[in-house]
Amino acid sequence: MSTIPGLERPAPVSNELTKPFWDACNERRLVLQNCTACERLFYPPAQRCNQCGSAENFEWKEVQGRGHIEVYMVIRDSRIRGFRSAQPINFAVITLDEDPGINFLSNLPGTPPGEVPVGAPVELIFEETTTGQLVHEWQVVA
Amino acid sequence: MVSDNNWMRNREGLGVWEHRGKVAVVGWGQSYMDRRWDGVALDRSCGGLTKEACLKAIADAGLSLDDIDGLITSPETRAEQTWAPRPYFDPPYDTEDGLTFASADWIQRELGLKNVKYLKSDAPYIGPMMGLAAQAVGDGLCETALVWYPMVNLAGRYGHNNPQNTNQEAPGNSAFTLPWGYQSGAMFNNLTVFLQYCQKYGKSHDGLADLCLNLRRNGLMTPWGYYAMHEPYQLTREDYLTGRVVEEPLVIYDCDRPVNTCAAFIFTTAERARDMRQQPVYVLNHNQINRRGRSSMATLDEHQESVASMARMMWEGSGLGPNDVDVFNPYDGYLTFTQQFLEGFQWHGVKWGEAHDFYAEDIRVEGPHPFLSSGGNNGTGRNRAVLFADSIQQLRGTAGPRQVTVKAETALAGCNTPDSNGFIMFSKYPS
Repeated sequence: MSTIPGLERPAPVSNELTKPFWDACNERRLVLQNCTACERLFYPPAQRCNQCGSAENFEWKEVQGRGHIEVYMVIRDSRIRGFRSAQPINFAVITLDEDPGINFLSNLPGTPPGEVPVGAPVELIFEETTTGQLVHEWQVVA
Repeated sequence: MVSDNNWMRNREGLGVWEHRGKVAVVGWGQSYMDRRWDGVALDRSCGGLTKEACLKAIADAGLSLDDIDGLITSPETRAEQTWAPRPYFDPPYDTEDGLTFASADWIQRELGLKNVKYLKSDAPYIGPMMGLAAQAVGDGLCETALVWYPMVNLAGRYGHNNPQNTNQEAPGNSAFTLPWGYQSGAMFNNLTVFLQYCQKYGKSHDGLADLCLNLRRNGLMTPWGYYAMHEPYQLTREDYLTGRVVEEPLVIYDCDRPVNTCAAFIFTTAERARDMRQQPVYVLNHNQINRRGRSSMATLDEHQESVASMARMMWEGSGLGPNDVDVFNPYDGYLTFTQQFLEGFQWHGVKWGEAHDFYAEDIRVEGPHPFLSSGGNNGTGRNRAVLFADSIQQLRGTAGPRQVTVKAETALAGCNTPDSNGFIMFSKYPS
């Protein structure tokens, strides 16, 4: 389960498009679609490149898992059942160092709610959801 | 021409709208508004309130039921749940149609409309839908369209009965959002963009207080609005600054309050409008936009470009410019995104990063900058139609105590969010 007390994350359900991504997460790897023609990363997964319009040049590319905290807020009154017992809980936007145009959501496990160092470097970790499926998470670099 | 897939004016370069000044709004009707439906009084169900609003709009226009030949509505009522599994009622309240939405067929049957030749029950939410109605009349699909937009709020805490929020699994696109507690774009993405805005321009959440207080003030002058009817008191700055935190820094007073209500409008040709009961309010243009950011969360730059593009489309299609808009009613469903519209359209010269300073000036309806004279949805409850109704009333000169004292010959209204919205330009004159 999550390292954040009380948190029961809804579990991602993969489909044909996203299965390679979620399978990689279960192997504790973060892979993103990369259009080899445009040299452009995509996240979340897309059906086709929005620059060249093709899906034929997509490959799954493992990224290093380094990023920075762009902004954050604190969830205090969630509508999502699995989050209500974990409140208050951080909600941050993480930019990927390899391409800051790519961003991820994070609850910043290990960082007390509201004590988020905006701009700080973060590193990739993985956390378990209700079905055991792993999801990518981020924690502040010590 | 209007077709199911190609009626929108959603890109730059389309030129002046081909029906500019040839379509008019001639009727408006607003139903009773309450916080929730009690599940008992059928005249205050979605269907009941829709009938009330439609009949008021038809009467306001001075028309008969036989004059209506177009019916347009949206299923996007934000009910967030179905009436089922609760037991249905006797006909016509024996399905979801009439309880959590009210289709064109349902209204046609209930009002006994005999001359309808154009029915559309799957229009988008009200922002784009108003443009769709104008385009349908302009294209001749109907001559006199009855257009309605219900908002539904049933028993229970809003949002907590949404099946998505109680599911332990996250299918489809939600797999990349729900596991981290993301609830909705309007709430979450626009808040992170707001935080980027504050970082970039050195602003803070407190800078929204003046807007919030003025919206409530205007809303209390909107007699059919939720607060005027049910909680008729003004908020204080202290109330706002100490409001219950939902997602820090967002407080409850940043959020428009879900209500149960319906509004209706009558669109017709400018030619037909000339001899009707109400002074026509002409449509000069309409545009729509729907963009998503490159990655999981859109950024401030992306939202600003989206609104700037919408503004360029609107100036191109209407033939007007930023200095020509007298009344401005953009969506305020979360106060954290309203400044994007103000700055993107440069209303009253407001540039990027200047909205909070503008809010601190005189934005009262009696003053020189009567921003959101409607009271918006923070001042009247989340009905969304108030943005359009107030614009029409201001141009008619019938806004009562909310009537602006500056010139009111053009009005721009729209919703919803900076990256997904529809705007319409109204004018007192056809050209």
